[in-house]
Amino acid sequence: MNHRVFSLAFLVVILGGLIGLAQTQVNKDVASRASHDYSELNKSPAKARNRLNPFQNDPDSVAAGQLLFEDHCTECHGTTGEGGKKGPNLRAPEVQNATDGTLFWLLTNGVAWRGMPVWSRLPEAQRWQLVRYVKSLGIRDGLKPDPKP
Amino acid sequence: MSLRFAALTFILAVLFPRLVRAQENPYTVTYDQFLEEPRNLGIEYFSTFGTQRGGNDFHAYWLEFEYGATAWWTTEFYLDAQTTFHDSTVPTGFRWENRFRPLKREYFINPVLYVEYEHVNGADKILKELEGHDIEDDFLTPNAEVRDEIKNELELKLILGSNFKGWNISENFLFVKNLTNEPWEFGYAVGASRPLALKASPKRCSLCPQNFVAGAEMYGGLGDRYHFGLHETSQYLAPGVAWNMPSGWTLRVSPTFGLNDNSHRFMLRWGIAREIPGFGDMVKKLFTGRP
Repeated sequence: MNHRVFSLAFLVVILGGLIGLAQTQVNKDVASRASHDYSELNKSPAKARNRLNPFQNDPDSVAAGQLLFEDHCTECHGTTGEGGKKGPNLRAPEVQNATDGTLFWLLTNGVAWRGMPVWSRLPEAQRWQLVRYVKSLGIRDGLKPDPKP
Repeated sequence: MSLRFAALTFILAVLFPRLVRAQENPYTVTYDQFLEEPRNLGIEYFSTFGTQRGGNDFHAYWLEFEYGATAWWTTEFYLDAQTTFHDSTVPTGFRWENRFRPLKREYFINPVLYVEYEHVNGADKILKELEGHDIEDDFLTPNAEVRDEIKNELELKLILGSNFKGWNISENFLFVKNLTNEPWEFGYAVGASRPLALKASPKRCSLCPQNFVAGAEMYGGLGDRYHFGLHETSQYLAPGVAWNMPSGWTLRVSPTFGLNDNSHRFMLRWGIAREIPGFGDMVKKLFTGRP
């Protein structure tokens, strides 16, 4: 009996700690989004950054990427990719000027500790199609200036 | 009971009509390395019809609520029940599981850590995992005799998952401890799957090959601390297919075949799931008024 109580207490303490850690992480996410941190894009290795999009000349890839975007991305990045409370603006110059390889790398790896899931669940071809759509959106830096100095 | 479970799934889905297309693998027992998307809630009704030699066939089912707490932590709650034909229908308990992704980047092999607490009774037949010396004969005892046997178990899993040329390959290693004084038990599950098409179609379509993921999995017990190995264990092979519909529903079907004399000869396993995007934000707004 004591063994069972101890095990359950241990489990509760561990999970309680994780909930606390997750909450801290959520707060960091909010702070990070408030400052529109795109620094993760700079962390892609050169080999990944220089990869070319195999769908660059595929006429259907933008339309296919748009459907994938609607299914998986609008919840955080908004219906037109201009960002929201949860995800950054994908039409910001930092994103639009990044190489296809960089965006593909970010999609594949996610930024799990800042709320961006790993998207390697999607086949590689679909991730490249998504990148094509995101790049087709073009620059529109609709970010409101931070009211705080 | 199963109708109530199915009806509850349907009602929840109707109450939260926003859609998001899932991308599920067809595995029934094997876990892949992917977690639920943050703040999304997945609801699934899953059903197993099993044949039973020397006894009555059964129909076991669970209702699952899977929530993406963060991008690196998914938590799930299960309610289980079963109907044994010519016997009775009984609820069999609940499970609370958590999966954690410890690494920041994607690697060739991606680990996920799994911790589950389950409170079930002896009539449990959902076969969500196989461990130790679980065999077909365990299911022969009438429900009335085993429904009062309560088991509190801690389950740990190491989940390893890889993606290679469109294939997902996942391996699970299972360690189970009944919280009474019983030895650690072990089990495994391995699975491989692939979408029928890797490239997405430029048009919405229900029957496009990209919406279907086909694969197979194998799982079974590996004995316990004192008798490790395949002796007196049950083993299964299960081909399966998942249909990720544009409407937001996912249907999974998996005919399952026992591989030795200790296994149920045949089981038909199927489930229907629905993803509710932004569930966490809806709940937050409900209680705080803030979006």
